[in-house]
Amino acid sequence: MGTKSTLIKVTPQDYDKMNKEVQPKPKVLRNCVMALLVGGGICLGAQVLINLMFLGLTSGMESLDEASVLAKQKEAQTLGTVCMIFLGALLTGLGWYDILVSVGGAGGILPVTGFANAMVSPAMEYKHEGYVLGVGAKLFSVAGPVLLSGTIAAFLIGVLRFFF
Amino acid sequence: MNKRVGQYTVTFQNPPEIMGSYCVTGPKEGQGPLNAYFDHIMPDTYNGEKTWEKTECAMMEMALTETIKKGKVTAEEVNYVLAGDLLNQISTSNYALRQIGRPYIGMFGACSTMALCTAMGAMLVDGGFANRVLCAASSHHDTAEHQFRMPTEHGNQRPLTGQWTVTGAGSLLLGAGAEAGIGAGAGAGTGSGGGSEPKIRVTSATLGKIVDFGQKDANHMGAAMAPAVAETLLAHFYDMGTSPEAYDLIISGDLGSVGLELMKKVLDKSGFHSLDTVQDCGCLIYHTHQDTHAGGSGCGCSAVVLCGYLLDRLRQKDLSKILFVGSGSLHSKESLLQGESIPGIGHAVVIESE
Repeated sequence: MGTKSTLIKVTPQDYDKMNKEVQPKPKVLRNCVMALLVGGGICLGAQVLINLMFLGLTSGMESLDEASVLAKQKEAQTLGTVCMIFLGALLTGLGWYDILVSVGGAGGILPVTGFANAMVSPAMEYKHEGYVLGVGAKLFSVAGPVLLSGTIAAFLIGVLRFFF
Repeated sequence: MNKRVGQYTVTFQNPPEIMGSYCVTGPKEGQGPLNAYFDHIMPDTYNGEKTWEKTECAMMEMALTETIKKGKVTAEEVNYVLAGDLLNQISTSNYALRQIGRPYIGMFGACSTMALCTAMGAMLVDGGFANRVLCAASSHHDTAEHQFRMPTEHGNQRPLTGQWTVTGAGSLLLGAGAEAGIGAGAGAGTGSGGGSEPKIRVTSATLGKIVDFGQKDANHMGAAMAPAVAETLLAHFYDMGTSPEAYDLIISGDLGSVGLELMKKVLDKSGFHSLDTVQDCGCLIYHTHQDTHAGGSGCGCSAVVLCGYLLDRLRQKDLSKILFVGSGSLHSKESLLQGESIPGIGHAVVIESE
């Protein structure tokens, strides 16, 4: 910062105060409700999908022991997650996911569909700059920090678990 | 005769005439309240081009060539083209000018570019260095997002102080009046034809200095620019010995609703209290239900509002004297990431209809 003497009779300190006064107040309650509805809706859809997958995977099976139920459940969850990633990518490609997030905020960012959005949107954006230096170099421009902090957190928890 | 007045202002001895103007916008602006004033509204943000950068370039090219037609001159009569935009190396202007083939001076004043070009163009004309000068500025919502923010399709919630970069390009042609033309041949036709339309002239200009009050929020650029715009307005009022009442309209470029409120507060604290005629292009260009939050921004914002709406109202004699003050925040993405604040600037021109 640095400004030589000004004609305006306001100091940067006064100005900061004025700026705080005029800041529009976000509608916190409304935003929370929308985040709950959008995020909850995405998760509900995913759960329905997983349950259907499980029914499909186990249909025709006569008797199931506990271990194979667990194995099939895991399989259904993986398939469900893959489907949600696909849906997130598809909606991003159609140009709808950013609208969903503008309404639902964190409700749209946190689920895995949001992560798909964070990967697909740079891929679309930088396509015109080439596949190596465009898409290749900038694909992780949004998701990169998330992946890095996730990896570091996993490493730290792994170290803790090793010792305790 | 000395054309300088006070510390910051120049007045024009033979005020250059605005001989023609043209503006082109994107679809979102076309749904806004000023759509009737825009010469061309693109059906979508690509308009048949492969990239948004190419679209912005085509918009500026269109604005320039159509302005030449509207001014009833030939391209060869244009002595200089002053143009600028928001992209790195002002690449939109550089590429758009490939097709124009006239001497080109690239200008960068961030979102204040239109006012800066108009002021400099008027100086060139009144100084006798040019007979016809084209001034243009453009921005495109998606090229600006691409350069300054996130990928366009990335989902995020914009803060309420955030503004929406206008997709649009505006251009105007300045000409020396017949009485002051260099070389009789070129100076003969003053363009606006018919004789019924009033002549619109740029009568004075105040170029601003950088004012940085330490604002760092790129989602609240109105706050970064408001002190600089207020500073330029005060400089203009002091130099010219006027006050806000002397103008039918004082209009800033893209302070947005929050920035405009801040700017009025700063003016009020600095001793100017009657501010009913103070408005902002960014506040006029969109409806509130268009979800742009604090309004429009970008070089294109003030360019299309000036070249479409404001000049039309001056032609209709609905307004007779306006003070148009472009507002620019002169930061880069990198400077903000490195913790720097946003330097603001304001450039003002007075435009009058006779």
